[in-house]
Amino acid sequence: MNTKTPSKLEKILAAGHLAVTSECGPPRGSDGDVITKKAEMIKDYVDAINITDNQTAVTRLCSLAAVIRLKLMGLEPILQMVTRDRNRIALQSDILGAASFDIHNILCLSGDHQSFGDSPQGQNVFDLDSMQLAQTVRYMRDEGKFLGGDDIDRPPQMFVGAAANPFADPFEIRVRRLAKKVAAGVEFIQTQCIFNLDKFELWMKQVRDMGLHEKVYILAGVTPLKSAGMAKYMKKRVPGMDVPDEVVERMSGVPKEKQPEEGINICVESIQRLKEVEGVRGFHVMAIEWEEMVPEIVKRGGLYPRPKIE
Amino acid sequence: MIVAERKPIEEIIGFVKDCKKIIIAGCNECVTVCYAGGKKEVGILASALKMAFMKEGKELEVKEVTLERQCDHEYLEEIRDIIDEYDAVVSLACGVGVQFMAEKYPRTLVFPGVNTSFMGVTEESGVWSERCQGCGQCILGQTAGICPISRCAKRLLNGPCGGSTNGKCEINKELDCAWQLIIDRLKELGRLDDYDKLIPIKDWSTERAGGPRKVVREDLRQ
Repeated sequence: MNTKTPSKLEKILAAGHLAVTSECGPPRGSDGDVITKKAEMIKDYVDAINITDNQTAVTRLCSLAAVIRLKLMGLEPILQMVTRDRNRIALQSDILGAASFDIHNILCLSGDHQSFGDSPQGQNVFDLDSMQLAQTVRYMRDEGKFLGGDDIDRPPQMFVGAAANPFADPFEIRVRRLAKKVAAGVEFIQTQCIFNLDKFELWMKQVRDMGLHEKVYILAGVTPLKSAGMAKYMKKRVPGMDVPDEVVERMSGVPKEKQPEEGINICVESIQRLKEVEGVRGFHVMAIEWEEMVPEIVKRGGLYPRPKIE
Repeated sequence: MIVAERKPIEEIIGFVKDCKKIIIAGCNECVTVCYAGGKKEVGILASALKMAFMKEGKELEVKEVTLERQCDHEYLEEIRDIIDEYDAVVSLACGVGVQFMAEKYPRTLVFPGVNTSFMGVTEESGVWSERCQGCGQCILGQTAGICPISRCAKRLLNGPCGGSTNGKCEINKELDCAWQLIIDRLKELGRLDDYDKLIPIKDWSTERAGGPRKVVREDLRQ
């Protein structure tokens, strides 16, 4: 695949390497050092770093400011952008703001509903959905135009990503939905955290049957479990999350102080198994408020050192 | 129909506490069907207000009327001869009726007696649910007759999101996922291929976003 943007992530994928991305959640305050410290911990072990956009609808420091911080550190950020909070004017404006700092990756999302967060009484926007946001970025980049039709001076050059959840319902349309995202212009995918590997492999088979693995780079999402409690919480309480009983039992089966280690073991084993799945082009390690474990996961997963790309 | 719910009595008492004579005006259309503002609810509210005033050692005179509609001039005219005798009107019509009442009688205090909820259906006795948000550009032809704008919590035109679980919405396990319903019905109709079509970015200018709306039919104007 040829590259269409200056994105380092795109270059690594196009060169055939297994890419590794991770994410940092911005703080609930204005201390920018929180982001730089998290990034320092992981920067040598990943190719690009996502900054989440008010995830779970809890108000935080904005993803745009945080990706600029990463960029100024010389790192490769992925700007996450949800359509929940901004209309098409604000979305396009923020895309240009990011582009002015040469942010070259964007992840287009709809965003968790505000009822989950700290502002359940707020409005939501959803002027666009995630696919339409991907279309918008591609239009701005490829046509050099705003949605309104006017020319953009120095258009954004962004590698366009989206999320995919192989575990949400209805399962039968999950791959067709991925095909729609690809049709909308999505170039890379970061999946929901994978704990049910059998189901993920079934999804990937359907992806290959439709030839989608040759049209979009799929990064498999993995998350280390910190405790049996977290496994149970994710299984029961997080919408669209599929944590099989055997994973919960395995976490519960070791003493509490050994559970973090067991969680890392499960994560590393998942990476090793998923590496063998045709069409998996890399990993997205979501170590939720546990960023310090990313280096160990990457190393033990056999994904270190990271390739050097100009 | 327009579905409404009765306002808490305390709120209505707050509106009329300084009044001596009021009209409680019901509406014989939607709010009657959803048991929020018809003749029966007018009577119940009148009794409740009178009792509340009596407890305070005050008296309230209430005129009970239920108009055929409060969104048309001709029915609102029916109270023109008596309205000046009263301190205020509590309208149990939807927000449309309350406003038209206020427009028609600019010198009279008009208070809402219900909270207007949505445009919806009677699912079963005592249960109403939303079906339409009046976006002004109907897309039901592309979505198997099920509206994602009114029935998906994120009004996704290309759903479902990753939170759809067992046919239910991520925000509430009692709520059907609109996109699950759309997909099920497309399958039933043998038209699942329609799902594969991307629904384009919507023009919201015909919705609330475009400012207050108006429909003019020149052929019907006098």
